[in-house]
Amino acid sequence: MFFSKKKFKLASMIACGILASALFTGCGGGDSAGGSSGGGDKPAGDEIVIGANFELTGNVAQYGANANNGLKLAIKEINDAGGINGKKIKIVEADAKSEAAEAVNAATKLISDDKVVALVGPAVTANVIAESQVATDNKVPVIGPAATNPDVTVENGKVKEFIFRACFIDPQQSEVMAQFAAKDLNAKTAVLYLDSSSDYSKSLGKIFKEKFEAEGGKVVMEEAFLAKDQDFKAALTKIQTANADVIFVPAYYEEVGKIVKQARELGITSAILGTDGWDDSKVIDIAGKDALNNTFFCTHYFEGDAEVQDFIKAYKEEYKADPNVFAALGYDAGKMLINAIERGGDDGQKIRDNIETIKDLKVGTGTITMDASTHNPIKGIVVIETKDGMRELRAKIAPEG
Amino acid sequence: MDFIHQLVQQLINGVSLGSIYALIALGYTMIYGIIKLINFAHGDVYMVGAYIGFAAVTFGGLPIFPALLISMALTACLGMLVERIAYKPLRHAPRISLLITAIGVSFFLEYTSMYFVTPTPRTFPEVMPNISFNLGGFIVNGQQLLIFGITIVLMALLTYIVQKTKLGKAMRAASFDTETAQLMGVDSDKVISMTFCIGSALAAAAGVLVGVYYNTIDPLMGIMPGLKAFVAAVLGGIGILPGAVVGGIVLGVVEALVSGFISSTFRDAAAFAILILVLLIKPSGLFGKNTNEKV
Repeated sequence: MFFSKKKFKLASMIACGILASALFTGCGGGDSAGGSSGGGDKPAGDEIVIGANFELTGNVAQYGANANNGLKLAIKEINDAGGINGKKIKIVEADAKSEAAEAVNAATKLISDDKVVALVGPAVTANVIAESQVATDNKVPVIGPAATNPDVTVENGKVKEFIFRACFIDPQQSEVMAQFAAKDLNAKTAVLYLDSSSDYSKSLGKIFKEKFEAEGGKVVMEEAFLAKDQDFKAALTKIQTANADVIFVPAYYEEVGKIVKQARELGITSAILGTDGWDDSKVIDIAGKDALNNTFFCTHYFEGDAEVQDFIKAYKEEYKADPNVFAALGYDAGKMLINAIERGGDDGQKIRDNIETIKDLKVGTGTITMDASTHNPIKGIVVIETKDGMRELRAKIAPEG
Repeated sequence: MDFIHQLVQQLINGVSLGSIYALIALGYTMIYGIIKLINFAHGDVYMVGAYIGFAAVTFGGLPIFPALLISMALTACLGMLVERIAYKPLRHAPRISLLITAIGVSFFLEYTSMYFVTPTPRTFPEVMPNISFNLGGFIVNGQQLLIFGITIVLMALLTYIVQKTKLGKAMRAASFDTETAQLMGVDSDKVISMTFCIGSALAAAAGVLVGVYYNTIDPLMGIMPGLKAFVAAVLGGIGILPGAVVGGIVLGVVEALVSGFISSTFRDAAAFAILILVLLIKPSGLFGKNTNEKV
């Protein structure tokens, strides 16, 4: 720990150095741009500039890069179709580097240097929360594609005026899985196995416990691991002794794959439940087909659904790969933004107003309506069961209201 | 499952985890033994080894053992290259410069790899049948046995090299007093280079085996095992080969027991508490003697 801190300090010093130099060059660039616009040419006339602030490097880069791909696809589609009222949309990318401070720097750069009218990203909750102040101060709306933590759009019981998301929120996921465990699987006892390095995992675990116990079940054991762990067998051996009906593992797919694999190797046969962090085909590669039998997770869409086929087809054509959930949500965020601009949004304030009033908009993963009081889209949740490496739709919970 | 049964299963888990720490710790401890450098880049060399093995298996279509050897050979070259470029110019610099350089090399390897292989984790194809043995209710995995076996064999081999061969003698001499060894005709630079070669090859072996066993590799996979192996090396007495193996296994067992009988949240705290306790009470480690001869 001591040494990792040392490493960290050094890293931040280097980062500061790079940042400082970026700032200086940034200023230089700004000056020359100012000079040319003084000459009379205003490039903003035929294009609308939006910012993509995603984690392109660092430890959550796979999420950021995928969401970025989804967004780029949505924008490419509208540009290929002639743009919005003849204006093309231009994306300026910035790297949030998987760190909150870097997400703020990237957002600041996009807003002040590139003069974007709206921001999409970053992928991870903490980074969206970090940039929300600078975006709000500059009246630039933000859509966080996959930030599921309730605090992203609401602060002290008040909705953040300029911050939106394109996904459901964590409490809904835990609620759905707790009910699913108690009702569909008739589970009486559960074990929580949480990633103690992630707020996502901890908050999901907490709400699952409340809801599951409200349904008459009992959480008999709570264990924890850390992101990037390789070996889970010690804790799993302990979990085995609890002999619970279900094990709830709200975590990201890399650890999930290893946990499921090692649990089955130890002979744990209980149902294992998870949330949208599981939604990646890599889980099957890591855990293996057999191990994933009797596992269930909830997520944003099911790839077999009729209404998501257009998106999946378009994504495959563009990137020659299957989309994952982050790509889908990045695409949705792009669609939401396009809709808001189409309805007469040419500055941050108007786009914000239009995002708030999105109604029955068809996006990649379904149809959504924005809830103006929370800035959460109202959309369904699906529960997916994995059987012999194939995903099957187990339940579809329609949006409330 | 009763207490005794759980205890035995946790011991099995612990020894299996510990043998991985041990495998990485061997390289750490060797390099420290020779040039008194805590090579923080060792965990990242292990990561590169895993990727080379992955490439050999996935794109080269090789079976696991040839892939392991190729990975060891190429990673050995990488280790020598790192030593030549980053550490050799600092031979007479203060040790803190060397340490900071090692951290720099570590970052360089992590993020250069991330640039080339992307941060997405990769999974090994099934290269080795994964058989679980159920011995009276205790689950032992074939790959666990393999890793444990390879660790012991490599430790024995290394001990033989260090104690019985001419190169080993040169290593011990250089470790004892580099300048005097040089006066006696030992080519210290070559000895140090060989040490990095062997240490990196060991790290590569560990990387490939871990990749196959846990079935996933990524560019930052070396950080935590690197730190844990460092603890293992200090626990066993840094610079002492059998100490690294015993330290690794003790660390693995402690982690498993803490996870199993106290709480998994305290697991890493326990590991690093060991480091602090060892440094406070017996800085020379379990196997440390009051002599300066360490390899």
